Amino acid sequence: MTNIRQFSILLVALFIANSAYGELVIRVTEGNDQPTIIAMSPFDLKGLKIDEDITDIVQSDLLRSGLFKLIPRSDMLAFPSNSSDVYYRDWRLLGAEYLVVGSMSVLPDKRYELEFSLLSINSQKIQFTHKVRTSSSKIRDLAHSVSDKIYKSITGIRGAFSTRLAYVSVIREGDDFTYRLKVADADGARESLMLESKQPIMSPNWSPDGKELAYVSFETGRPAIFRQNLATAVRQQLTDFKGLNGAPSWSPDGSTLALVLSKDGNPEIYSLNLKTDKLTRLTRHFAIDTEPTWMPDGKHILFTSDRGGTPQIYKLRLADKSVQRITFKGNYNARASIAPDGRTMAMVHRSSSVFHIAALDLKTKRLIELTETTLDESPSIAPNGAMLMYATKYNDRGILAAVSVDAGVKYNLPAKIGDVREPAWSPFLR
Amino acid sequence: MKTRIHLYASILALTVLVGCSSSPVYDSEPTTTEIDNAAVKTAEVESAEIEVVPVVPDTATVFYFDFDKALLTAESRADLLENAVILAGNTRSVRLEGHADERGTREYNMALGERRATSVKEFLVLQGVAGDRIEVISFGEERAAAYGSDDEAWRLNRRVELK
Repeated sequence: MTNIRQFSILLVALFIANSAYGELVIRVTEGNDQPTIIAMSPFDLKGLKIDEDITDIVQSDLLRSGLFKLIPRSDMLAFPSNSSDVYYRDWRLLGAEYLVVGSMSVLPDKRYELEFSLLSINSQKIQFTHKVRTSSSKIRDLAHSVSDKIYKSITGIRGAFSTRLAYVSVIREGDDFTYRLKVADADGARESLMLESKQPIMSPNWSPDGKELAYVSFETGRPAIFRQNLATAVRQQLTDFKGLNGAPSWSPDGSTLALVLSKDGNPEIYSLNLKTDKLTRLTRHFAIDTEPTWMPDGKHILFTSDRGGTPQIYKLRLADKSVQRITFKGNYNARASIAPDGRTMAMVHRSSSVFHIAALDLKTKRLIELTETTLDESPSIAPNGAMLMYATKYNDRGILAAVSVDAGVKYNLPAKIGDVREPAWSPFLR
Repeated sequence: MKTRIHLYASILALTVLVGCSSSPVYDSEPTTTEIDNAAVKTAEVESAEIEVVPVVPDTATVFYFDFDKALLTAESRADLLENAVILAGNTRSVRLEGHADERGTREYNMALGERRATSVKEFLVLQGVAGDRIEVISFGEERAAAYGSDDEAWRLNRRVELK
């Protein structure tokens, strides 16, 4: 581990904030059977000129969760912006279960404040009134935090609308490839470029504080693992071993990176202490061991191994390095992504000839296939455990798609150009 | 490509020469005249390099594999034997690039590509090629040779390229 270099490079463009939508365009393909019916009265902007349509951003968030159906604006009899102006009967006749009202104002320090309320139409009560404040450049953040608050109040689950996605985009022109590591909001907006290379970029993985990404880049002519700070663009090459340097996975406490090296002959899982640079070998088997991912307890690591003849998922206990097989159904189970509750595990699963994303309940052992497309890969569960993002192919192009962990809700995020792959859903960012 | 055509022409010419060795009439001219500038090269080959050139000029340098497998096929072994002979005659270093088709997960395919390249390396080493002349690198499914999601594209992508 003497080979640690620190440098920031020209290729890294940092947070080219883009107020318009980036490359990804969302299409909701399937919703919940019994959505909650919600009406959003357009927020009263009090004449303020704001580039982003806050009401629209919140509506899109709620729609994308698949759990809500929105009352069309054209059906509304009035656009109240204050809970005292609401005639509950009108909204009940429209079939609404909930109503959101709110209005903007400018604070003396020039920041914006949105005061909004969620009203339960059936019980004719204000469920909550809340104020969010932000600078004019962070209107989208403000909108997503409104969505988070509404979602949490109605579903009881913390909203993940304020989170981000990292992914790899690839554009091919003949034999010429351009790989880009990108980060965008969870809704695909405000895409920014982290790294661009003519050589492959793979396996982005978030640090638990959401401030850094670890990834694999072939820019040196062979695979190497890097870490890169999102805000400063400072990056550091962590490994430069002979053979594979792959599949970095940050431990829940951020102190350690699990990774794959084949320097000792074949792919094994190692842990790298990021403070001391101490490297510890965790697996010892002639089979392929790869794709480590930490259990939320920080004491176990899930990984893929073909030691049983086909790729299956195993659990390693760090205390004694004991290994236990945990998938048995299907002839290919790989690349685990574990929900924050440590119970739902998503993975790439093949039962006959097609690769789907499946979820395995580690307690009941119940396995459900979440996707119906083929060539689905790279599942990444949202920090609230409600949805997961994955990569698939559509019309011969790589796209990102999302599905709820109960398979009830689906949406696609196709790129406008090229292929997108390897989504990594960020942790909660605040 | 030009040198390859020359080589072909030379070999063809040689084959004809050898085949007609009992006959005083050389009818190699039609072959050489069909290909540009081949006659010159033919002469060169005929002079000194006859022992080296007879190695099949188009020795395969791409070896294919079954899904999720790194076992060498009989065809690959035969091709690799020819490569081993060529490598025994020079000192250059080679790079074995392992690849996988798009099915399955990316990091697993990185491991699979490496395993394939390693099994090619082991075969060459058994044939006497020094291991330190051979570099192994895997690109997993990141660098396809054929595009599309069908059996033929997948077959062409499950490969090791000797470079």
